[in-house]
Amino acid sequence: MSFLADVVHFLTTSAHWWGTEGILHRSQDHLLMSAAALVTAMVIALPLGLVLGHTGRGGFVAINLSNLGRAVPSFAIIVLMASIVGIGAEPAYVALVALAVPPMVTNAYTAIRGVDDEVKESATGMGLTGLQVLRRVEVPMGLPLIMAGVRTSGVQVVATATLAALVGWGGLGRYIVDGIATRNFVSVFVGALLVAALSLATEAGLAALQRAVVPRGLVVAPEID
Amino acid sequence: MLAVSDPWIRWAWVRDHGDLIRSRVGEHLQLTVITVALGLVIAIPLGVACFRWKRLYPPVLGVAGVIYTIPSLALLAFLIPITGLTKTTSIIPLVSYTLLILVRNVVAGLQSVPEEVRESATGMGYSPARRLLQIELPLAVPAIMAGVRITTVTTIGLVTVTSLIGQGGLGQLILDGLYRDFRTPLVVGTGLAIALSAAADVGFLGLEKLLTPWAKARR
Repeated sequence: MSFLADVVHFLTTSAHWWGTEGILHRSQDHLLMSAAALVTAMVIALPLGLVLGHTGRGGFVAINLSNLGRAVPSFAIIVLMASIVGIGAEPAYVALVALAVPPMVTNAYTAIRGVDDEVKESATGMGLTGLQVLRRVEVPMGLPLIMAGVRTSGVQVVATATLAALVGWGGLGRYIVDGIATRNFVSVFVGALLVAALSLATEAGLAALQRAVVPRGLVVAPEID
Repeated sequence: MLAVSDPWIRWAWVRDHGDLIRSRVGEHLQLTVITVALGLVIAIPLGVACFRWKRLYPPVLGVAGVIYTIPSLALLAFLIPITGLTKTTSIIPLVSYTLLILVRNVVAGLQSVPEEVRESATGMGYSPARRLLQIELPLAVPAIMAGVRITTVTTIGLVTVTSLIGQGGLGQLILDGLYRDFRTPLVVGTGLAIALSAAADVGFLGLEKLLTPWAKARR
């Protein structure tokens, strides 16, 4: 029990919360880095996925991109980036963007492809141009899947930002990486708690965002037989 | 940090360290195989139970989903105070991660068995247990194998992270490269991890075809 007491003591010591090595500062770093990477990846991935889905071209690439993304360990991407651009925030940022792009491209592509042909044909028949079909019909109807991709990527980015501590960047991973290095298991455990809490909060937050932006008529009840 | 003049790969190092590289690949495969095997041992009964007692399914998926959301480094870190820097510490999180996909695919596989098939089996006098083992589970193999394929590829990637607690594997080569400012082991480790994932992906697709000869006839 003394271990848990140490953990509680760590968390209730105000010095551990404030300052540049404090929990608040590191949480903020962690979130800002994740948000920046996710938004950058969205700007790259969503237009690409939407256009590929709309034109129906490059399907092979769009689908296999996420398979490839799964095969390349995120840990390896971060370390490789560090060896190209040096340690610090840059390799983490670049690696996180690279990691977040594939699932969003694949999901956006699949979402647009999945819209019923009849619906698209009706829209075209009503005189909508290609861009209007995409904007007013395909995107709203594909939104549940598109948002699912954003959610997957977002959670993965927050999780992987932890590993950025290995290449000299801050964030909550510092508690774990430094703790392992110095055999300070209280710090390791506290880091794990904070990272797990942040990931679950991200998942919940993005799920709420998904619910908020998906048109009500398109919400499908979860499948439970 | 890393000297710019350092080439991406020094073949002399690779030649001199063949044994080291082989043993790292061995460790990596060992951890992966143990993980997926244990995952199946847990997920198949759990999936069958969820299929039988439908009310069990949402909470099981919920718990597996929460575990899946926790970053690998954090899950490892939770266990370090309990099980230390050991193989057990790397295997428990790895197995936990496989459950979401495996259980989901076991249940989907069982759901895909046509009702007529179930009824025919019952009509032929199959007991529920025998029907499960000889009819339903074999018919669920394609879905289960699809899950095994995804979890194997994911596990190969995650095993690189468990090297942080000193359990070997290709992540150890990547870490060596990082700590010693030396690109060759880093590139070798990454390349081999990707190659293993790709090989597992292709291999399981082939195995799936072999295990379900009837699928070809139906197509």
